[in-house]
Amino acid sequence: MTGQDWKTNRRVFAAVSLPTLFWIILFFLLPMAIVWLYSFGENRGLTDIEISGTLDNYKRATEWLYLTIFGKSFAVAALVTLICLIVGFPVAMAITFANEKWRPWLLLGIMLPFWTNLLIRTYALMMLLGTQGFANKGLGALWEGTSWLKVLAGLQPLPTWEPVPLLFNNFAVVFGLVYVHLPFMVLPLYAALDRLDRSLIEASLDLGAGHFRTIMRIVVPLAAPGIVAGVMITLIPALGAYLTPDLMGGTDSQMIANVIERQFKKANDWPFGAALSFLLIYAMFILIALQSMRRKVPEAH
Amino acid sequence: MARFARPSRAPLEYSRTLWMRLWVGAVMLFLYAPLIVLVIFSFNDSKRNVVWRGFTTRYYEKALGNDQLVEALFNSLTIAALATIVSLALGAVAAVMLWRFRFPLKGTVDGTISLPIIVPEICLGVAFLMFFARVGWPTDLVWPFNLGAITIAHITFCFPFVTMVVRSRLASFNREQEEAAKDLGASEWQMFRDVLIPHIRPALVAGALLSFTLSLDDFVITYFTSGPDTITFPVKVYSMVRFSVTPEVNAASTLLIVLTVILTFIALKLQGVKAIAETH
Repeated sequence: MTGQDWKTNRRVFAAVSLPTLFWIILFFLLPMAIVWLYSFGENRGLTDIEISGTLDNYKRATEWLYLTIFGKSFAVAALVTLICLIVGFPVAMAITFANEKWRPWLLLGIMLPFWTNLLIRTYALMMLLGTQGFANKGLGALWEGTSWLKVLAGLQPLPTWEPVPLLFNNFAVVFGLVYVHLPFMVLPLYAALDRLDRSLIEASLDLGAGHFRTIMRIVVPLAAPGIVAGVMITLIPALGAYLTPDLMGGTDSQMIANVIERQFKKANDWPFGAALSFLLIYAMFILIALQSMRRKVPEAH
Repeated sequence: MARFARPSRAPLEYSRTLWMRLWVGAVMLFLYAPLIVLVIFSFNDSKRNVVWRGFTTRYYEKALGNDQLVEALFNSLTIAALATIVSLALGAVAAVMLWRFRFPLKGTVDGTISLPIIVPEICLGVAFLMFFARVGWPTDLVWPFNLGAITIAHITFCFPFVTMVVRSRLASFNREQEEAAKDLGASEWQMFRDVLIPHIRPALVAGALLSFTLSLDDFVITYFTSGPDTITFPVKVYSMVRFSVTPEVNAASTLLIVLTVILTFIALKLQGVKAIAETH
């Protein structure tokens, strides 16, 4: 690491380091430390919490109910990430190989929803997916059309269309999370593909490999760091998602963040909520550690 | 031969294949259709807002006449402005620290600064809730001081983004410029103001836009730090959405979407599409 030794210019170093350190210690590390300490505490009366060093909160978190919620959150986040990867990869490819004039606009097209308020995007989806929303109407029209075709063909018509529940269930949560997190996946994928040496792809094509084979054997391995980065950038927020399962999920679609929220806003069990929060943070750390184990040289995001 | 009948294209022009175009088109439709429907239905003259019943701007009047909503929007903009200013200063200074100096525990400090980006929002929200309860942060201050708690929370998750953007810009700084300035007798402060700041200006603009939108966007952390008198726009919209789906929510949302689009266009004017695309 190059750079000036801090001792050679203490005054300037103090001027640039003190504000940063002050803020990060007082308004980040201290709050986190409080959560950590509370996770070893227990409720005494209505508002008093005693930090007694108990491990009961963590023990409670290993109860079957909470384990299934953790497991389910992981499964949902993994599924969302996989769908985002499958949907996003061709988009990133298209942007990479689009002509100079179009590329920035395509990128902007991906980024603009990412800048739009998360709550508003979730609400927009809710409108569309409701029992009387457009998604159901579209499906209904398809159904009627099929029924009509069957009648034309002299077959029995289909039974009358019943709106399918697209909202307030697990499907809605996955759909909503994909909608929200897709830009997170496309942008790092694009960044990786853009750096790729195109002559390698051309060579592969010239040597007779098909497009699909070239993508699987040349592009994907070379873009692996970007794919890993995209997976992490999508997986981590999806795992801690609160708003989408809260607004679009049903009673069985609770994810870990919803359980944490309930401890603070409804159940008033702060120590248990604190313990769950730290378990979620540990899960993130494990994911990040796994990622950096894959790559010898950590890359700054 | 049949294969030569196809329109010619270079092997790497993937974006010119039909299925690729269809795919991108479908994804764009997926991303934008819900928002477009939301905007259209904000003009719907129907209370239940499921079927189109004619054009009206009544719900905009209603949304703008809703004192709580307007106040929430005003609070959000104030918080975003304050958080942006402090995040810029703090983020730039942190970036300069990490770029210029070698010091003990540098790796730890570097990692800690980027932690607020990685830690899940819900955990950060919970941490601020407990922190402000524990230190007995006053909740009955006059405006705008009552927004202090939320603003502090927003700065904590905004400034690491500024640091990230500024730092990557500083990497392209030619240190000889610094030497030249010093040789010509510039003080540290003059060097910082007249050489370094102009160099990192694009990153500062990008960082400011990023902070402003992140702050304006945030629901989860604000939800845990806001009190009954300090409602922000997303928190207000959240309670409206939970309560019912009305065109008023659509109208309020449309106003915020318009604001986002305006901000994006300002960014475009200032930096051009390419620069914006590259900062991400």
